[in-house]
Amino acid sequence: MDRQAYSQLEQQITPKTPIALNLVKAFVTGGIICTIGQGIMYFYMYFFDFTERTAGNPTVATMIFIAMLLTGFGKYKRIAQFGGAGSAVPVTGFGNAMISAAIEHRTEGYVLGVGGNMFKLAGSVIVFGVFSAFVVALIKTILVKLGVVGW
Amino acid sequence: MVARGVIRFGNRPTIRAAAVAAGPTEKKNSPFSHQFDRLYDSDLIGQKTNEQAHRQLIEDACDLALNKAGKTISDADYLVCGDLVNEMTPSNFAAASTGLPYVGLFSACATSTSALAYAALLTEVGAASLVLAGAASHHSAIERQFRYPVEYGFQKPQNAQWTVTAAGFAAVTPHEPGYPSICQATVGRVVDYGLTDPLNMGAAMAPAAFDTFRRHLEAAGTEPEDYDVIITGDLGAIGTQLFRKMASEAGYAVEGERWRDAGKEFYGGDPAFFAGASGAGCSAAVYFSDVYSRMMEGEYRRALLMATGALLSPLSFQQGESIPCTCHAVELVMGEGEGR
Repeated sequence: MDRQAYSQLEQQITPKTPIALNLVKAFVTGGIICTIGQGIMYFYMYFFDFTERTAGNPTVATMIFIAMLLTGFGKYKRIAQFGGAGSAVPVTGFGNAMISAAIEHRTEGYVLGVGGNMFKLAGSVIVFGVFSAFVVALIKTILVKLGVVGW
Repeated sequence: MVARGVIRFGNRPTIRAAAVAAGPTEKKNSPFSHQFDRLYDSDLIGQKTNEQAHRQLIEDACDLALNKAGKTISDADYLVCGDLVNEMTPSNFAAASTGLPYVGLFSACATSTSALAYAALLTEVGAASLVLAGAASHHSAIERQFRYPVEYGFQKPQNAQWTVTAAGFAAVTPHEPGYPSICQATVGRVVDYGLTDPLNMGAAMAPAAFDTFRRHLEAAGTEPEDYDVIITGDLGAIGTQLFRKMASEAGYAVEGERWRDAGKEFYGGDPAFFAGASGAGCSAAVYFSDVYSRMMEGEYRRALLMATGALLSPLSFQQGESIPCTCHAVELVMGEGEGR
């Protein structure tokens, strides 16, 4: 069997990713995580002196804290196996990427292990997140200067 | 010389004893667990790091194999083994604590049979009266080496495989009647069909398995029916199908119970482990427990062990390289043996 015939056979036998099902699962999982986040946000606004604008930071911190506990107890990877992108895209997924790397590299010490590797997976989110924010801000600034849109 | 890469052992080195040590996931989920000699309740096996636990697995499996052979470490002449961690440090540290002359072999998950073939050669030429040969893997130590942190959440596809925590070792001695002996080994070529998905290793390895299978049978002048079992290492559910398809297209009859795959059977087909098990310890654990005991009981008279290995690294994969694979075959016979 030559490479080409094998490659065809391989694609035939390897199970196809159930994209539609995965999308539904991701939507449900992501939706639940965001609903919890929204609930926490209302909690901070209702019981504490936060506004809709300022409640974001404590909400994100709380969500990451929950993700940290779930990761540490080995539950987050199970949620992710079900939810896929639904658990990877929200801030809890970012938290999981950092925390799992920190746990993994704990044996190499705090500086070279935890510190040096914590952003191994999450680092690219920060790099490209900051870069795309810069590009978007640049476009908006130009549009404002040209008088196309206002702030 | 029989054929290129094929070694026939006229003196019939013997596997005098074999032993397996395995982790808690295997204790709970593997249908072979009752045949393993030692099972641990913790992934860390009382050590501080996964890598130390990995080393402990190797040391314990060596001790168990020696005990079962009624020997001690001072009776052994060589240690031949390997694992998947960077520079094979678990094997290196285990070798340091045994104090034995040591050859580290890297054949990825095909190390169980490459070590067995190497041990048989040392015995065949009269260089050893007892060689410890085997392979090991530790789930958490290997996952971080090749993939993501263990607790990182990502969705694995159905063709992914689960690295086992297990070590299997055999005590190879000059011929002794009443034990399985090694009559032929085929050293695998590296076969690369250009597959690049590290989560579909079975598919990458199947062509290497078929290449070695055909070379071994052609050199031996045998047919699949001559074997009681033809057991590949860790092709898993997908790779097994592909391997059999290749064999059947080449005119071999692939039906029947004699066709087995250690990786596919390792967790009893539980979908939580996707396409099955993988890792250097996977084939070693099944060969040196289930297959060995079936040979001792006389159920298998002739067995073909074909451990498969994907020779990739995280670097080669990230640089977009394909996955080169290999498969080393060892043929075991019980009793009659002389036959051919």
